[in-house]
Amino acid sequence: MTTETVIKAENLDLTFHTNDGDVHALKDINLDIQKGDFVSFIGPSGCGKTTFLRTIAALETPTAGSVCVNGMPADEARKNRAYGYVFQAAGLYPWRTIRGNIRLPLEIMGFPKKEQEDHISKVLDLVDLRGFGKKFPWQLSGGMQQRASIARALAFNADILLMDEPFGALDEIVRDHLNEQLLKLWDRTNKTIAFVTHSIPEAVYLSTKIVVMSPRPGRISDVIESTLPRERPLDIRDTKEFLDIAHRVREGLRAGHAYDE
Amino acid sequence: MRNFFPVITVVAAIMVIWYGASVWMNSKWVYDQAARAGTEVSFGELVKDTWSQERPVLPAPHQIVAELYKSTVEKKITSKRSLVFHGWITLSATLLGFIFGTGMGILLAIGIVHNRAMDMSVMPWAIASQTVPIIAIAPMIVVVMSTIGATDFLGKGAATALFGYQPAFMQGLLPKAVIAAYLSFFPVVVGMVKGLRSPDNMQLDLLKTYNASKSRTFWSLRLPSSTPYLFTSLKIGMAGALVGAIVSELSASPLRGLGARMLTGSYYGQTIQIWAALFAAAAMAATLVGIIGMIERYSLQRMGMAK
Ligand SMILES: Nc1ncnc2c1ncn2[C@@H]1O[C@H](COP(=O)(O)OP(=O)(O)OP(=O)(O)O)[C@@H](O)[C@H]1O
Ligand SMILES: [Mg+2]
Repeated sequence: MTTETVIKAENLDLTFHTNDGDVHALKDINLDIQKGDFVSFIGPSGCGKTTFLRTIAALETPTAGSVCVNGMPADEARKNRAYGYVFQAAGLYPWRTIRGNIRLPLEIMGFPKKEQEDHISKVLDLVDLRGFGKKFPWQLSGGMQQRASIARALAFNADILLMDEPFGALDEIVRDHLNEQLLKLWDRTNKTIAFVTHSIPEAVYLSTKIVVMSPRPGRISDVIESTLPRERPLDIRDTKEFLDIAHRVREGLRAGHAYDE
Repeated sequence: MRNFFPVITVVAAIMVIWYGASVWMNSKWVYDQAARAGTEVSFGELVKDTWSQERPVLPAPHQIVAELYKSTVEKKITSKRSLVFHGWITLSATLLGFIFGTGMGILLAIGIVHNRAMDMSVMPWAIASQTVPIIAIAPMIVVVMSTIGATDFLGKGAATALFGYQPAFMQGLLPKAVIAAYLSFFPVVVGMVKGLRSPDNMQLDLLKTYNASKSRTFWSLRLPSSTPYLFTSLKIGMAGALVGAIVSELSASPLRGLGARMLTGSYYGQTIQIWAALFAAAAMAATLVGIIGMIERYSLQRMGMAK
């Protein structure tokens, strides 16, 4: 067994100073993510999932503690373009076509022209948007825009994917399909994925590790190692094992809430 | 076609009011003349007379049209009495000033957005500059630039070497362009600062995850985001440049351009000439702003941002 820690958070603490007081967004976060892990973060709204993901991405600076990515401080990893980030909203540039949007990171990172086009076509296929490359974002539905933003994060082959509720706005069927696609991609490429979601079945279906968080201050209340096999057909969701894990996640969420009252 | 009847109605109403006002405002002169001659004027005579005076208080529209026709079509365009000649003088100062002003405005905006010291210091001065009445500062700019000899776009020597003669519009062009620029840079600064700051945090964060440089962020995100703001500013800036050019002509020498036509017209009571110059200036402004509007529509369409 070779386990290599890709993301390591130690005694992480983050307080936002705002005009109407301080918000303690993250408290005492300790977490190791191994190479090839698929980690889901689940928890009630406002518990700091986005903030934690942003801290890993070095878009926020912790008040105390440290985050290491690929063995270096998070900010250095960012400068090395260690990860692809999918934001909660698609955030495509309206003046670029879908292809143009996906080309953006490739241009910035200096991929050769020919390679750029190959990558774009490949990831467009992956998210089922072949044939929409020449369209502008406003010509696509919200879900299609979100898929385009996932394609954009995949385009430059980063080893780590940070995804903030990428499928939150999609309908069940499309969501199932994309979950399957994402699992296949993960299995094939051995990427490390950190994934924020509100959906218990989604978290259980996708993850090798489920991190349950609770609010005020945001902290980790449970870490569940999944016992499901890597190979996961959609109907695995009806097995007892699956339901047991889902049950434990629900218990964890409930405990977090009880603490709140 | 749907707009045809409303537009015609409004134009017709303006015409009625204008012709009426023309009778009313010019009638005093007619009555004075009649009183002096000891005659009576019928209403028909009054109307006929008030619409055809040589120096009316308010010229009737057809008199202005006739003057416009006479001073554009019937005069050689190199003649000092051709409105085309004077229009071109004003247009050249407007365009050169607009280019100066827009360039300045964009550069200042880039500086303000990227440099904290500039952010704190430039804007108050830019605002202060616009509170000084242009009519007061224009003669000073003309005098100062004449004193240091910076008046011609190309000096007589250089122009003659290039073209064999010095085109009329180049004489005294620089002070006029500077004054035009003075009025056009401000809306561009304000609009571009707003435009360059318009990307939201997520769009900026995205580039941060790519570790994009500042110049990358500028070219890939800030500049395209600012395009709609830029065009709005350019329209206001163009109108400002035209006003600046006209005002500058009141004190520049040689006395030329639409502003000069208005000034000499008022010296000699040539109201029809003043109104003709006014209409020429209005038409020029509408055309220039219209051209920017067309470029705007085309660019935004190309960028996929048109409605
Ligand atoms: N930039 C900021 N400034 C101040 N407070 C912030 C900022 N970003 C987040 N917060 C606060 O930090 C807490 C955690 O926010 P965060 O966005 O991480 O929650 P979340 O778990 O992602 O919620 P959701 O599921 O609704 O997306 C919230 O109380 C929020 O108000
Ligand atoms: Mg969130």
